[in-house]
Amino acid sequence: MNTTRDPLPAGDGRDEAAEQARILQEPQGAETAPADGLAPSHAAAPKPAPEPASEPITVPRVSPHPYATERAVEQAKKEARLGARRETLLYLDGVNKTFDGFKAINNLSLVVQRGEMRAIIGPNGAGKTTMMDIITGKTRPDSGDVFFAGDVDLTKHDEASIASMGIGRKFQKPTVFEGLTVEKNLRLSLAGSRSVFEALLHKRSGEENDRVEEILHTTRMVDKRHRLAADLSHGQKQWLEIGMLLAQDPELLLVDEPVAGMTDAETEETARLLREIAEKHSVVVVEHDMHFVRALGVKVTCLHEGTVLSEGTLDHVSSDPRVIEVYLGR
Amino acid sequence: MIIRYLGARVWILVAALVAAAILVPLANLALPANHPLHVPSYLVPLIGKYVCYAMLALALDLVWGHLGILSLGHGAFFALGGYAMGMYLMRQIGARGVYGNPELPDFMVFLNWQELPWYWYGFDQFWFAALMVMVVPGLLGFVFGYFAFRSRVTGVYLSIITQAMTYALLLAFFRNDMGFGGNNGLTDFKDILGYPIQADTTRAALFAASCIALALAVLCVGAIIRSKLGDLMIAVRDAESRTRFIGWRPEYVKLFAFTLSAVMAGIAGALYVPQVGIINPGEFAPVNSIEIVVWAAVGGRGTLLGPVIGALLVNYGKSVFTGLAPEYWLFVLGGLFVVVTIFLPRGIVGTIDHGWDALKARRRAKNREKGESEGTGNDPNLAASPAE
Ligand SMILES: Nc1ncnc2c1ncn2[C@@H]1O[C@H](COP(=O)(O)OP(=O)(O)OP(=O)(O)O)[C@@H](O)[C@H]1O
Ligand SMILES: [Mg+2]
Repeated sequence: MNTTRDPLPAGDGRDEAAEQARILQEPQGAETAPADGLAPSHAAAPKPAPEPASEPITVPRVSPHPYATERAVEQAKKEARLGARRETLLYLDGVNKTFDGFKAINNLSLVVQRGEMRAIIGPNGAGKTTMMDIITGKTRPDSGDVFFAGDVDLTKHDEASIASMGIGRKFQKPTVFEGLTVEKNLRLSLAGSRSVFEALLHKRSGEENDRVEEILHTTRMVDKRHRLAADLSHGQKQWLEIGMLLAQDPELLLVDEPVAGMTDAETEETARLLREIAEKHSVVVVEHDMHFVRALGVKVTCLHEGTVLSEGTLDHVSSDPRVIEVYLGR
Repeated sequence: MIIRYLGARVWILVAALVAAAILVPLANLALPANHPLHVPSYLVPLIGKYVCYAMLALALDLVWGHLGILSLGHGAFFALGGYAMGMYLMRQIGARGVYGNPELPDFMVFLNWQELPWYWYGFDQFWFAALMVMVVPGLLGFVFGYFAFRSRVTGVYLSIITQAMTYALLLAFFRNDMGFGGNNGLTDFKDILGYPIQADTTRAALFAASCIALALAVLCVGAIIRSKLGDLMIAVRDAESRTRFIGWRPEYVKLFAFTLSAVMAGIAGALYVPQVGIINPGEFAPVNSIEIVVWAAVGGRGTLLGPVIGALLVNYGKSVFTGLAPEYWLFVLGGLFVVVTIFLPRGIVGTIDHGWDALKARRRAKNREKGESEGTGNDPNLAASPAE
């Protein structure tokens, strides 16, 4: 890639070091400025949905060495992207993941704002769960950007540190700690120190007890607090897992099929609970149940074959002929 | 408060061990030989040996029963602790060996070695040997665990590499040029801390020390499993990857427990060696490590009391049986494991606990029915932890 205005012949590297030093000294603005046409500047009104660069970014100064220029362009691009990301909590761009030759995630781009609740729909195998695996560090993408809270590159962190940054997850198949009571499941999930020695010497605080009490009430588990999680019904495990998410109190909640196996009444309740949670958190919900998605009343993204097929209000998405063809119309 | 915190079971076990530490030596030393309660001298080190095994089983159960790490290499930690103690005991022999060399143990003189290898330095001091009893197994456990758990090796693969570890050590310790007595190991000990090792009083003291060490280990394990860390260990056992998604690092939990367990096993080995009078590479044999698993399984894994009872029972059975038909012991052991796995998967203590809980639950349900018809509320606190 060579986007210099006036490239010098390759191999002329005499002034390379000096030039790089000059680039480093240059105020940042000088390099981001030309990129403003591609993405809003920080001061501009929040306008999300970063477009992938369609036209080459140009750098104002000419570098005597193509590689130095290339780096400067790279840097400018990154800055431009970050400008768009500043207002977003979760930012996926051009993400790809292949399993044994099968493209599970295909050039996926998705942006979730701070405080937003987003519903994800899509047929089986669309890559919804794989997307969550990528965000939470369980699966590494082959390529693409995954950023959290502006500039935290999630592909460089493991599950535990991503969880500590404030991304919580409920699994498609409810996974709770079966050998522990409901209450202890919640206590282990409570935000706080994750050190082994702290856990050994841990003393329950009043604040902690209050929080557990509150969550037990919210998830209607008060009378089941001393039950082993293994003895709960499927629906109850789903709620316990949501309770564990609440205890963790993450900034972003990823909730995979929370109402699978629930009765209509329970589904209603869960929708109510999630709406309540969404008042204070950003939430991404994956769900097949259209009634449930309608009850949430939020922006919907439809995935298909690992890529975004349609995005918008539920009415908009569900009237999209492509969505009808691959998903709703079946 | 601490009494309630640890639960009655731990304290009953500790009390029983303290009582044994006092009463058995007393019954051996103070009672005349014809007294019905007299404990004959040959029994003291024999039971003392079982107590060391019980501590070893408890150490294994800390990682297996509570954390789900099936280690088939705990015999190695036990043997390393034993060797550290054996080296101290060898140095205590001094010039009383067959060759009368005050510096070198007999086997080194026999091999024509001129001077003590560097790694034997310091072992003439008890405090140093006592430290090494914990440091060497602990360090091996830590380094092994660090690499295994960080690479997320779990399940049967982990079990296999623990077997490989103990087997590698077996081969290494068999070599004469390792400087640990090769095939014959370390033996012919004379005294410990200046007391003759064969004397009844010394053996009684060693017995008491083993019981107290086991009691301390029980308190230690009891405190861990009652803490939040104990809950975390169960969580890692049941759904390891899930703990990562709430921010825990299961590899650190495992590393902590595995290292502690290795140290406990090392201490058990160090108490074992002066009571049996020998340590040789045979202690590293893979089958020894498998036996430990059988003890814990028979007693009931993850029940604290279970591994202790299992180790005592199985080893008593082994002593009786090897008196009758020693060549069949391995078949009996294998058979025992199969029978327990199929018919008594929770082990002895686990099965009793389970039956007891079921009984309590039924009674509670009945009470609740009665209570509801009378209009009194049901008390959720009644369902508190089963171990109490
Ligand atoms: N670890 C893996 N190894 C191989 N293939 C995988 C792996 N994980 C997911 N896949 C494949 O990737 C595709 C997407 O799976 P994913 O679970 O993300 O779908 P989904 O949208 O969550 O579907 P569902 O609605 O059924 O939950 C599937 O075809 C699946 O078989
Ligand atoms: Mg899925």
